[in-house]
Amino acid sequence: MTPEIRIELNGQPASVTTGTTVADLVSRTLPNARAYAVEVNRSVLSRRDHAERKVRDGDRIEIVTLVGGG
Amino acid sequence: MATASRSSPSSAAADVDLPEAMPATAQTPSFAIPPLSVGSFTLKNRLVVGTGKYRDYESMQRALDASGCDAVTVAVRRERLVDAQGRSLLDHLDLARYTILPNTAGCFSAEDAVRVARLGREILDSVDNPGKHWVKLEVLGDKKTLLPDPVGTLEACRELVKDGFCVLCYSSDDPIMAVRLRDAGAASVMPAGSPIGSGRGVANPANIALILELLKDKASGGDPSYPVIVDAGVGTPSDVTLAMELGADGVLLNTGIAHAQDPVRMAHAMKLALESGYHGARSGRIGKKLHASASSPWEGSIASVVIHGE
Repeated sequence: MTPEIRIELNGQPASVTTGTTVADLVSRTLPNARAYAVEVNRSVLSRRDHAERKVRDGDRIEIVTLVGGG
Repeated sequence: MATASRSSPSSAAADVDLPEAMPATAQTPSFAIPPLSVGSFTLKNRLVVGTGKYRDYESMQRALDASGCDAVTVAVRRERLVDAQGRSLLDHLDLARYTILPNTAGCFSAEDAVRVARLGREILDSVDNPGKHWVKLEVLGDKKTLLPDPVGTLEACRELVKDGFCVLCYSSDDPIMAVRLRDAGAASVMPAGSPIGSGRGVANPANIALILELLKDKASGGDPSYPVIVDAGVGTPSDVTLAMELGADGVLLNTGIAHAQDPVRMAHAMKLALESGYHGARSGRIGKKLHASASSPWEGSIASVVIHGE
């Protein structure tokens, strides 16, 4: 059994398997997402780093998009 | 073949002794409104419209079209992970037509506003929209009034300017605060007419006038080309006109259109209102007087005139 690590994803507790990258996380949770950005521990993670950055225990990850606003 | 270009049988008419044709009157100028420069951005239309609170995306699209705007504001929010199939705003905005202006709405600290601004930039970078270089900065002080927190706003403005953003800064209508934000590098100061979504219009025209004087009047240390955009509180077209008549360079609004019973028609009305105010401000209005000033001459009147007290 692959060990799991616990994270906070968009304010909710979540767990992913060890070795999961941010790109994996996005493609699993948002298969159709086009316009989004990812923040890890309060810093933007550039799109080009998503495939490299492995999710670590305790990471606080935000995946955001644009919505209507004034 | 030489007669082919003659379009009217004028030979008969030439025999009649008519006065000279009316002299050609001067053509009415087109009164085209020039674009507005905000930092490195150019707004072809000075009305900036929000994308929130519409009944549906179709209504939003039609209202944006009717408003004539070329820049629209959006908010940055968490993806709804449980509803990833849901329709996305960006699927309903023509990114080739509109420059997206991401806001930091809902932030109550400078730190959060800076985070949200950077996330907005990252999103717009991924869809290659020029809006990635600017932000509508809002740092709020209270959820009920949605009034800006001046200290947090100034702090975030400095940070974002340092980070290379073109900052359009939402502020209260405090004239000194407006100067502070300009000095901190804001590309535009955007004073609220009245609280966000309140529909109360320009609640304190004197303050907006003072802001415009301090930021745009050379004699007061201002720069006539510095853009001041009245943001928030607009309820009806005359609010937009008043803001423009006071001398604002543009108006940003959302609820006044989105929550109108007919948002598309209201968007059209707001567009006309802005044009009216723009031209009115540049036409030199008459002064307000206590007594009347007749438009028809007294001379030649057959009536007996009454003047009370004489």
